[in-house]
Amino acid sequence: MGAAMADPDYQSLTFPYARSPDQDAAVPARHPVVVVGAGPVGLAAAVDLARQGVRVLLLDEDERLSAGSRAICFAKRTLEIFDRLGCGDRMVAKGVGWKTGKVFFRDAPVYAFDLLPESGHERPAFINLQQYYVEGYLLDRARELPDLEIRWRNRVSGIAPDADGVTLTVTTPEGDYRLRADWVVAADGARSGVRALMGLESRGRVFRDRFLIADVRMSAPFPAERRFWFDPPFHPGQSVLLHRQPDDVWRIDFQLGWDADPEEERKPERVIPRIRALLGEGVDFTLLWVSVYTFACLRMERFRHGRVLFAGDAAHGVSPFGARGANSGIQDAENLAWKLALVLKGKAPERLLDSYDAERVPAADENILNSTRSTDFITPKSEVSRTFRDAVLRLARDCAFARRLVNSGRLSVPATLRDSPLNTPDEEPFAGAMVPGAPVADAPVGVGGRPSWFLRHIGDAFVLLHFLGPDDPPPEALRVLAAESDVPLRPLVVAPAGSGPAAPPGIAAVEDTEGLLAARLDARPGTTYLLRPDQHVCARWRRLDPPRVRAALARATGHA
Amino acid sequence: MATLNTEPNIADADAFYEALIEMHRDLTPEQSAAANAALILLLANQVGDLEVLRQAMAKARATVAAD
Repeated sequence: MGAAMADPDYQSLTFPYARSPDQDAAVPARHPVVVVGAGPVGLAAAVDLARQGVRVLLLDEDERLSAGSRAICFAKRTLEIFDRLGCGDRMVAKGVGWKTGKVFFRDAPVYAFDLLPESGHERPAFINLQQYYVEGYLLDRARELPDLEIRWRNRVSGIAPDADGVTLTVTTPEGDYRLRADWVVAADGARSGVRALMGLESRGRVFRDRFLIADVRMSAPFPAERRFWFDPPFHPGQSVLLHRQPDDVWRIDFQLGWDADPEEERKPERVIPRIRALLGEGVDFTLLWVSVYTFACLRMERFRHGRVLFAGDAAHGVSPFGARGANSGIQDAENLAWKLALVLKGKAPERLLDSYDAERVPAADENILNSTRSTDFITPKSEVSRTFRDAVLRLARDCAFARRLVNSGRLSVPATLRDSPLNTPDEEPFAGAMVPGAPVADAPVGVGGRPSWFLRHIGDAFVLLHFLGPDDPPPEALRVLAAESDVPLRPLVVAPAGSGPAAPPGIAAVEDTEGLLAARLDARPGTTYLLRPDQHVCARWRRLDPPRVRAALARATGHA
Repeated sequence: MATLNTEPNIADADAFYEALIEMHRDLTPEQSAAANAALILLLANQVGDLEVLRQAMAKARATVAAD
């Protein structure tokens, strides 16, 4: 993918329906995994599974990618997942990186925040990138994978799960056909058809408010930062959010209130004056896309229903403040993919998939809690709530404590799967944030004398990470543990800066060039971490002890 | 666990009360509500202990609502 190659206009692409031999099969064709919905979550799940050697069929009822920018803010952790999937570089090259947010109240700035105050991470806190690019790049990646088939204009219209599979009825322009799937991943969005067909619900709180979102093209003098206005003079009584996107496209969200007429507000003659009020006279812009939305914080009671697994908006919904929708959906997909791959290959029992529920339901609750609190601050629903909100904003100008109360969205950070049944609790003291369940932190490392990044060297398999002292040889036990393991387990040793990794063949090594990896993982010579295929910590020790490693690995794969 | 102190704790109670009323001098009801909100936020930060704050909020609510 040369940098010179221009991207297609992903929004205008259509993907033709093509008849599949499955439609003429005498008995329904059997597929190990059917993913329903080719949005960001379904595409990510399908790509991840296919990369791990699982044959995947992806069905989508439509023939197009997303229209309009929709989910525009992609968080650091999502970019790291895209790196593992093999399309992170393209996303980051195209996206607008940012880490500063500015908050305004009425006509004055209140404060600014920095989302990634420390250096030594490959990926920025966030990029802004229109959803159609994210889907387009994931789709391009999907098309490189021989194990991944996509069928457009294939709508699931019937679903009958049983003990050892699921029978799907699929409706196409040429009529219906049936499929057998060992497993179904339902990533078909907030109005999930699969969920409805199974008589399941996503329950929670619906917010009585409406927002107008507009994409405009213009050359504007604003820097690449998130701007949030409470009660600005150009849109009194409501809030406004501005984000810069690639291609000189800007995204503006206007709060409208519950009484606004969504049909009227969509009209250019209504939208353009609102934008002009924000930008001032004399700024030329082109209106590209407009939508009016409402939102709800919802979730299904469980995400695993036998052989049907719900992910993304199908499983849970959040308000948009905090960019926790698509980002959490991509984390769902990643959490599910390695587990499903191990189960399908017979390397893990089916109950490993119960941990998808046990891990991602609390993650969804964390996202719902944060986005609900943000929504209540941004759109106060009572007079007293507004009085306190405005008091916080007034105090925030010169009181640091009040700045902590300002809530224009608590921006997406990955969930730490603290109470996961796959974790092995610490038996020795460790400092810092890399507790079992945490996604492991990135750090600069050296590989073969060249600079690289730690996260580029882990993932897809379990990794047994072992920190060496200055002149320590890698313990033989690393190789023995890897060789005997039924699930893929890769040893990786970390050599201190300057000592130069001198690992024997068969053991990969990185050099902790700035000492940041050891600092972030609170590691000393001998410290050993067991990392999951999704780069989350599941166990750690102060020395390499093979029986404890075996026990932790068994627990992390649902065997114990 | 810290407990909300409902025993006398302000040395000059009458002076405090006078200052509290004085804070609202010449304010409209709306401005007074805003100033009260700011005052609550400042004092809450001074207290700091969320458990004590929850007890104070429950006590305050109980003076007007029976739930």
